Order: sequence, then C-alpha cells, then structure tokens
Amino acid sequence: MNPKLAQKIAFSLLFLVTLIIILPVLMIVFVIVKEGASAITWEFLFTAPKDGMRAGGIFPAIIGTLSIVLCAVAVTLPMGVMAAIYLNEYAKENLLTRIIKLSIVNLAGVPSVVYGLFGLAVFVMFLKMGVSIIAGALTLSIMELPVIITTSRNALNSVPQSFREASLSLGVSKWQTIRHVVLPNALPGIMTGAILSIARISGETAPILFTAAAFYVPHLPRSIFDQVMALPYHLYIISTQIPNMPKNITYGTALVLLVLVLAMSVSAISMRIYFRKKKKW
Amino acid sequence: MAIVEIKNMDLFYGAFQAIKKVNMSIEANRITSMIGPSGCGKSTLLRCLNRMNDNIEGIKITGKIDIDGIDILRSDEEFDVDALRRKVGMVFQRPNPFPLTVFENVAFGLRIHKLAKSSELSGLVEESLKAVMLWEDLKDRLGNNALNLSLEQRQRLCVARLIAVKPDIILLDEPCSALDPIATAKIEELMLELKKKYTIVIVTHNMQQAARVSDDTGFMLLGELVEFGKTSQIFTAPKEKKTEDYVTGRFG
Repeated sequence: MNPKLAQKIAFSLLFLVTLIIILPVLMIVFVIVKEGASAITWEFLFTAPKDGMRAGGIFPAIIGTLSIVLCAVAVTLPMGVMAAIYLNEYAKENLLTRIIKLSIVNLAGVPSVVYGLFGLAVFVMFLKMGVSIIAGALTLSIMELPVIITTSRNALNSVPQSFREASLSLGVSKWQTIRHVVLPNALPGIMTGAILSIARISGETAPILFTAAAFYVPHLPRSIFDQVMALPYHLYIISTQIPNMPKNITYGTALVLLVLVLAMSVSAISMRIYFRKKKKW
Repeated sequence: MAIVEIKNMDLFYGAFQAIKKVNMSIEANRITSMIGPSGCGKSTLLRCLNRMNDNIEGIKITGKIDIDGIDILRSDEEFDVDALRRKVGMVFQRPNPFPLTVFENVAFGLRIHKLAKSSELSGLVEESLKAVMLWEDLKDRLGNNALNLSLEQRQRLCVARLIAVKPDIILLDEPCSALDPIATAKIEELMLELKKKYTIVIVTHNMQQAARVSDDTGFMLLGELVEFGKTSQIFTAPKEKKTEDYVTGRFG
C-alpha cells in the first residue's frame, strides 16, 4: 500500500477509537438523566424511603454516605499527609523505605471487596465496632491511604528545592521549613488529591457492604457507631432486591450519586486549575 | 583576623574526591572570592561553610573548618547546624524568594526566629530593604508578590531576607550568573557596601567580577586550592603557572 494512504488510514482509525471513549460517558449521563430526572423532587432528596423503598426519598442514604466518607477522610488525610511528609522529606533510601513504598503500591492494588472482608474481620468483629459508620470509614480510609500518600507526595515533591534551601540557609530548622515553607505551598495539591479521593470513595460499595451499610434504617445516624444506609448500597438493593421497583427511583438514586461524585471531581479540577494559574513557580 | 579557618579539608562524593587537602583562612569584613572552572569544587567548598551539603547522601568530609574558633564539622548530636546557618547565611545562584509578598519575604526569618515583636517588624523590614537599596523602589509595593519583581530585585530581596536575621558571614554562590551586566554591576556595588558589616565569600565564574570586588582570591582546579592570596597579587603576579594560565584566559 502507498505509505501516505496507510498513514491516513492509521490516523483515522486511531482518531475514531479515541472518539469512542466519549461515547460511554455521554450514554451514561444521558440514560441516567433521562430515566431519573423525573424522580428528583425535594421530597425525594429530603425524606426517608417508604412502602418498602418503592416510594419516598433517599435522605438517610445521602446522609449515611456523607458521614462515612467524611469520617474516612478525617482519618486518612492526616495519616496520609504525615506519611507523605516522612517519605518525601525525611526518608533515606534504605530497605525499610523500600518496604514501605512497596506496601503502598500493593495496598493500592488490593481489590475493594477484599478491603470489605478485612474491615469485617478487623473492625466489625475483632475490634467489636459492629456494623457502623466508624467501621466502614476505617475500612475506606485504609483503601484511600495509598492514594492520599501518593498525591500528597507529588504535591510536596513539586515544591521547588530552592525554597527549602532558602529557608535552611536562614538557619530555619528542617521541621520549621517543612511547616512554614513546604506545606503551605503543597497544600493546594494535597487538597485537590483529597477531594478527588472523597469523590472516589463516595461511590464504593464493596468496602462498606459488610462494615457500615444497612438495608433499611428509617432514622438518621445518631452516632458513629450506628449503621447507616448508603447511596451505592441502596442503589444495589433497589435495583436487585425489590420487586416492582419504580424505575425512575432507581435511576434518580443513581443520578444523585453521579452528581455528588461529579460535583466533587469538578470542584477538585477547578481548584487545580485555579492554583495552577496563580502559582508562578 | 581570620573568621573562617579551613584546615586539611577533603570531601568525597562516594569514591570521587571533590575537594583535596584545602587549607585557607578567610578574614573578617573582607570579600573573598573563589574562582576556577566549572566542577572545580568551589561551590561545594562554599556549601561546606554552612553545611548545606548535609542533605546529599554519600558525602564524606574530613579535616576541619573552624568558624569563630568552633569546629563546624562536628557530628549533629553535639552541634547546632541551624545556629551555624543563622550565623553563616547563603544567597544562591538563582534568586529564590518565597512566593509571598515582599514584606513577608523579609519578615520570614524574623518571625520564625522570633527576632522582633510585631510592633518592631515593619521597622526591621524597612532597615533590611534599605541596606540592599530596595526600599525606595519597593516601599509602596511591599504587599506585591515577590515573584513579580525583576531578577535583580529578587536577588536583592534574597540578600535583604538574609541580613534581616543578622548573619556574620554571607556566602554568595554565583549570585550574578542569572543577571545582566547592569544588574550585576549593581549587585557588586551592594557587596562593597555590605562588607563594612559582614564577611563575604563569593563563588564566581566571572574573573572580572572577582578582580573588581574581592580583596582576596582563591583559585581552585580539580578540587585543589591552587593558589590563595590578595586579589591584586593573584591577577597581576600569580605564583603558580596554572593560576597564570587561568587568569590570563588560556583555559577555563
């Protein structure tokens, strides 16, 4: 074949395949909005389900998901940032550091259902937390730890070495340098990573399946030791376990979950763009 | 009087010896320049004076460096490196102000070291900016981001940030290499002004600069201090053949 023609065909093929990537995104959004938009009312968002989930709202599930996720971040963010500071600023290249880094990589590769079983065994049963917000949050926080550590490390690493040197050369101690120079400049990156991971864990089902989520709880959680309904689990229940489920409620629930996750992703991305424009180094 | 005394100093990066048996003494309130081709070890030597090489792994230093009669190469447990760096400050090749306002840059060290009550802070910032001749230009722009200044102003600001914490010795690591000739001339003027109060050690690849500003000059080559003496002597009557070849431009 003529090389010019071959090139044209190759380009077109690559372009077409790339274009196909947009398709599922559009279809997911289209189908869910089309089927679910009619369910979205104030009542749907702010009341509890009734008639065996076939009517009413999803308020307890929204609150349940938010409380699990916020608790998880409250645990994982400080831990992850501290570990990232240690690894990026203090750790010397030795066997222990290599083992730690290897653990982080492996932790990131564990399937989420395995985290769920781990949470059931350790938090729910061994530590006797029961199926509760705290057990689910701790399970999710372990799952998110590698992500938070990695994004925080990248944020710390992108702070120019020259800032550290400038501070040290003024007789400022290493910890003060980290505290007053490195961290403030890494904070936007760390926060962006944190929001993205919140978005990610909001949709996770398997880790909370055995550790936090309840089939039906008519009231809102009173403490972190309560079981809660959660959006992804609720969606699973109503789409598989309830006969004669009105379709628009199922899709409406999916829409709420989707909007929640997308809103967080979009805010993280706009934050990143804002700080990238602002920063001059 | 010698404020810095380097005795038989060797420095190794792993197996590579970057500094070989260097002996020299630096006098107070003078400008001492270190010249030599790239990679001769002059910057490495300078960075030893405030232990900025500490973070590089695999580095080993033997010999002694006394500053004010205290051996600064002692191990960390018995020696306060932060206190040393407060006394021996450094200005780097690329101006590196913090991404803060002009005011906050100068106030940074004062705040962290708690050198000033908040009522005294603006006076001390003004004093430091005046000392580097930035005050007139920037007094109405103290709230501007320091990264918006010109390169020369940024480098002056770095000097101001340093002298705010009142060091005794200022190390300058090729401070003009990012600047144009006019800005360079202004920084050189500043150095001459500063030597009244501080001891200055400057590493430069610019021989004319060393000849113009410094009182003493050391010429380094392949890790050795080939010759050290009065600047006028090094440039007009060097004792070593290698020094003569270098300062007359035969190599380097």
